[in-house]
Amino acid sequence: MPPLLKLILIRLGLGILTLFLVSVIVFWATQALPTDTAQAILGREATPERLEVLRAKLGLDQPIQAQYGHWLAGVARGDLGESLVQQDVKVTKLLSSRVVNSGILVLVAALVSVPFSILIGSLSAVWRDTKFDSVVSTGNLALAALPEFVVGIGLVLLFATSVFKWMPAVSRIDPGVSLASQLDLLVLPAATLTLAVAPYVSRILRASMIEVLESEYVMMARLKGLKGPLVLWRHALPNAIAPTLQVIALNLAWLAGGIVVVEYLFAYPGIGQSLVDAVANRDLPMIQALVLLIAAVYVVLNLVADIATILVSPRLRTGMR
Amino acid sequence: MSGQVVLTVEDLKIVIEPSGILIDDEVSLTIRQGEVLGLVGESASGKTTVATALLKHQRRGAKIAGGRVLVGGRDVLALSGEELREVRGGLISYVPQDASASLNPAVRIGTQLMEILEAHDYGASGSARTERLEEMMAEVLLPSDRQFLRRYPHQLSGGQQQRVAVAMAFACRPKVIVLDEPTTALDVTTQAHVLETVKGLSESYGVAALYVTHDLAVVANLADRIAVMYAGRLVEVGSRNDLFTRSLHPYSRKLLAAIPDLTGNRALQGIPGSAPRPGSRPEGCAFAPRCDWVIDRCLSEFPPVDGPGADHQVRCWRHAEVGAEPMGSDAKGAERVKFDPSLENVIAVSGLSAYYGRKKTLHDVTMHLHTRRCIALVGESGSGKTTLARCVAGLHHFKIEGSIKHRDKELARDARGRDRATRQTIQYIFQSPYSSLNPRKTVRQILTQPLRVFFDFSKSETEDRVAFALEQVALDTSVLRRYPDEMSGGERQRVAIARALAAEPTVLICDEVTSSLDVSVQAAIVELLAQLQHETGLSMLFVTHNLALVRSIAQEVAVMSEGRIVEAGTVDKVLEDPQADYTRKLLSDTPTI
Amino acid sequence: MSELPKVTDSNLVEPASASGGGAGSEWVATLRNAWSFNRTRIGVGIVVVIALLAVLGPVFAPHTPTEFVGAPYAKASGTALFGTDSLGRDVLTRVLYGGRTVLSLALAATIIGLFGGVTFGLIAGYARRWVDETVMRTLDVLLAFPQLVLVLLLISVVGPKLWLIVLMVGLSHAPRIARVTRAAALEISQRDFVKAAEALGESKLRILVAEILPNITSPLLVEFGLRLTYSIGLIAALSFLGFGLQPPAADWGLMINENRIGVSVQPWAVALPVMLIGVLTIGTNLIADGLGRALIGIERTGGES
Repeated sequence: MPPLLKLILIRLGLGILTLFLVSVIVFWATQALPTDTAQAILGREATPERLEVLRAKLGLDQPIQAQYGHWLAGVARGDLGESLVQQDVKVTKLLSSRVVNSGILVLVAALVSVPFSILIGSLSAVWRDTKFDSVVSTGNLALAALPEFVVGIGLVLLFATSVFKWMPAVSRIDPGVSLASQLDLLVLPAATLTLAVAPYVSRILRASMIEVLESEYVMMARLKGLKGPLVLWRHALPNAIAPTLQVIALNLAWLAGGIVVVEYLFAYPGIGQSLVDAVANRDLPMIQALVLLIAAVYVVLNLVADIATILVSPRLRTGMR
Repeated sequence: MSGQVVLTVEDLKIVIEPSGILIDDEVSLTIRQGEVLGLVGESASGKTTVATALLKHQRRGAKIAGGRVLVGGRDVLALSGEELREVRGGLISYVPQDASASLNPAVRIGTQLMEILEAHDYGASGSARTERLEEMMAEVLLPSDRQFLRRYPHQLSGGQQQRVAVAMAFACRPKVIVLDEPTTALDVTTQAHVLETVKGLSESYGVAALYVTHDLAVVANLADRIAVMYAGRLVEVGSRNDLFTRSLHPYSRKLLAAIPDLTGNRALQGIPGSAPRPGSRPEGCAFAPRCDWVIDRCLSEFPPVDGPGADHQVRCWRHAEVGAEPMGSDAKGAERVKFDPSLENVIAVSGLSAYYGRKKTLHDVTMHLHTRRCIALVGESGSGKTTLARCVAGLHHFKIEGSIKHRDKELARDARGRDRATRQTIQYIFQSPYSSLNPRKTVRQILTQPLRVFFDFSKSETEDRVAFALEQVALDTSVLRRYPDEMSGGERQRVAIARALAAEPTVLICDEVTSSLDVSVQAAIVELLAQLQHETGLSMLFVTHNLALVRSIAQEVAVMSEGRIVEAGTVDKVLEDPQADYTRKLLSDTPTI
Repeated sequence: MSELPKVTDSNLVEPASASGGGAGSEWVATLRNAWSFNRTRIGVGIVVVIALLAVLGPVFAPHTPTEFVGAPYAKASGTALFGTDSLGRDVLTRVLYGGRTVLSLALAATIIGLFGGVTFGLIAGYARRWVDETVMRTLDVLLAFPQLVLVLLLISVVGPKLWLIVLMVGLSHAPRIARVTRAAALEISQRDFVKAAEALGESKLRILVAEILPNITSPLLVEFGLRLTYSIGLIAALSFLGFGLQPPAADWGLMINENRIGVSVQPWAVALPVMLIGVLTIGTNLIADGLGRALIGIERTGGES
């Protein structure tokens, strides 16, 4: 087997293993903790009969391995069970449109924030210790500190309710109308997510770029008399981006978590909002499905970044000497 | 030297920014066509900053504050933008210290070679450039087929990488080449090949070459003239012959005496103390505190350029007196331990194989360490010498097969598995004193540690032992309060030696203990160890990559290559009548003065 | 011995660390260095002011936090300087009362996280091989859950209890802190002084505590500042989502949740707690950043020879 393929297959295997362990944790946390799940859901006043019914419905009367096996088999088939709140409705059905909505939100935020922060980060490295750099670094520092709901509410106060009234404060997407006609609803939530991710990516890129710019091979490229842009594009940037791919993936995965607060804040009908509702209502199958989905996004993005890193680093790609 | 002067450096001054502390000052040099000038200095002498300044480049934090670098009537330091770019790599080129770090890991070597030709519009067409590329590769004895050029740097050996860097430097037929310690990272054999190539190319292209190095022995065979740097200033410049036979500066002389010698004709002599760093250099002559010839004037005034002629210049108030003294007269060698025919094994290694992960790094090695003897374990990097030493010390944490006996008692593989008395008996000194001393502990805490582990001394007795250990390594008790960061490399290594001695061992394992130190400090440490071994009757295993050191320290020697001992015996026998091809090669490749 | 000249103070090189930092207790040097940056001082100033406000605020509050002083969402007036909230309680009073919980819970969570993370990280970094592999793979799996999601998952089972929130926020930090600790410990444990201690036969525990830990205090200090920032954000976010403190408690996060419907009528009830949380996190992050810069400075001057 070629070493490259082997390397990728190993990563793939590790990804699947992680995903499996994630499912174990999700299941264990929601169903196997030494608390009486049925009691926790129904509260202290629940009658014994109702508890029995719920236990049977959740499969709590079966041994834990059987419960897990049953659940995992369902997951593999794409069947995530039925919601406890909206009786007898499949979780998958409840979530499908919401997954699309969240996906669009995250995608917009990623497409704006990643190229933007790569640019900003590289420029502040090239223009290190200039005014530009210090403005960017101060801005990054503040934005990285602020919890996303603070940023979101700040944007709402600024652009929706109190200072300028340009944007809607809530983003209730109308499922009957095409998304293209309600793009304005995406602006504030996407901006919040962008502002939450950008400082991390641009900071890591700046650091990586600075390291590369001070490397001996960039010094050598300059002492060879190469033109400035060639030094930057051929010798510096590719080496600077490769080690940041993991961090970028991590931050994009973080977007999947960040949507919880942002969607709740803007009443945006996505999976984050669903998760908050599900936790409030203790809708276990729903929670399991959502948490598993969010963790899966992380695992997949991580895997993609891993493989991308291998592909852009000759040392890894060609196998070690 | 009839060639034309190609490069003139005038009054070069480099400072640290923003403090303005001097790194280099009053550096003036000329190099003629076809001439190689060796710029020699120890660490912190400012030699590398001079090297890159010739291309008007400084690392962050340093700044060229004055002077001129004239090539063909143009002052390189006055250039900028496009003009400067054309000079770099075109008129003046640079060969870096560490080619493995200086070649871009993400760009194929063919591209990296071709781009320098393109950047300087070399040749009329693409095919002319390809032709030139092939010619260059042939000159540095590398293949130029497509497959080789499509490789990435990590797919080349260290020697090949350095050859690529040399090819790059000569590619555009520059007038001046700056070589910045280009062989430090290489093994002696590879170094010898690269040096030959550099010498040959410099001659055939008639370039003016500046060869920067810390190793006088390397330039001894290469340079036409030598400039000696100390604490940011040139202290002596002269022809190779002048420097080696009639040097006028006490530092040059001491430096020569500190270089280990393969033939054993000279005794190794260290220079006390160590070279001062920028910012802590004394008034007047910076060498004064370490100098035997020091007079009051040296402490306040730096001497002007003087000397017998334009070709041999020196900056020392007493150079006339120094010059009147024949060279090597003050050398007094350490007494060599007489060969003792009663061979009693302290450590007996037999049939030892060791692995690193799955890779077998030692193959069936047999070696004996005798009482009151020092055996030198010599080999290039990757020869397995350190692995062998670590196996004996119980610090090799991978699979080991075979037997290691201490006085007929089989030793446990892991130091933790050995009893207290055994651990105490065998002490290990590590290569780098920058890594072997915990930076968060004072010298007192460091030296008390073995005493606490091995003995149950009272407080006052512990104090006495600590003081005695310091005395053995010639350190003052005032260092007890210090942290390792507050000491020089040589002092740190003395503390590490003291820590080992405090345990009162009978076997001392020294793993490349001088390789991270300056030559002058190395000599002092070797002197110290030789004397300690002589006085205390220790058995010593001295691991080194430097064959030339062997005579100064050991009575027996074992030469290692690729995980095997290829030759072993008494020092005189192995060095004077080597049997193995590998030993012969190593001997011929080791640079001598 | 006598021929060898004594190497003493007078003729020697200055320490490699020109700043004088780097030696001795690492974290003291880091703190001293960090204080030389303006950003650290501003950060400390912010945090001190807000901490004082949170601790002493109730003393100066004009009302009690649950007292109704006017109509819901009443505009600013003499009795309610910043108006009233959704139930007609005094916004200023509730703001003055609402900082204690955020600060104390975040601090507790950070300490728990640091303790857990450092323990696992140290063990993994020194033990290596399969212990390292097992610990780190497990932590990697936990990293797949965004912190907020992990905490929500557990809240959904046990319910929104304060001790649980503190514990969970703390534990959600642990894998991240463990990674940093492991990386630092791994670097240190490869240094020869650790091998030297092993060769002497020192116990593993002693090596961890006496040789390795003192060398990684600075990165841990930075990590503490950083995690405190995130703890504040997380704990406030949980209250904002309605899973943290429960009504009628006065808490900045909860206030935002309760009053955001009326934000266009009465912005102060939302804006004040939002600003305070925001400024506080910026303050703690400034300190973390100052510490980080100090750390880099020390490594630059101390490590190189």
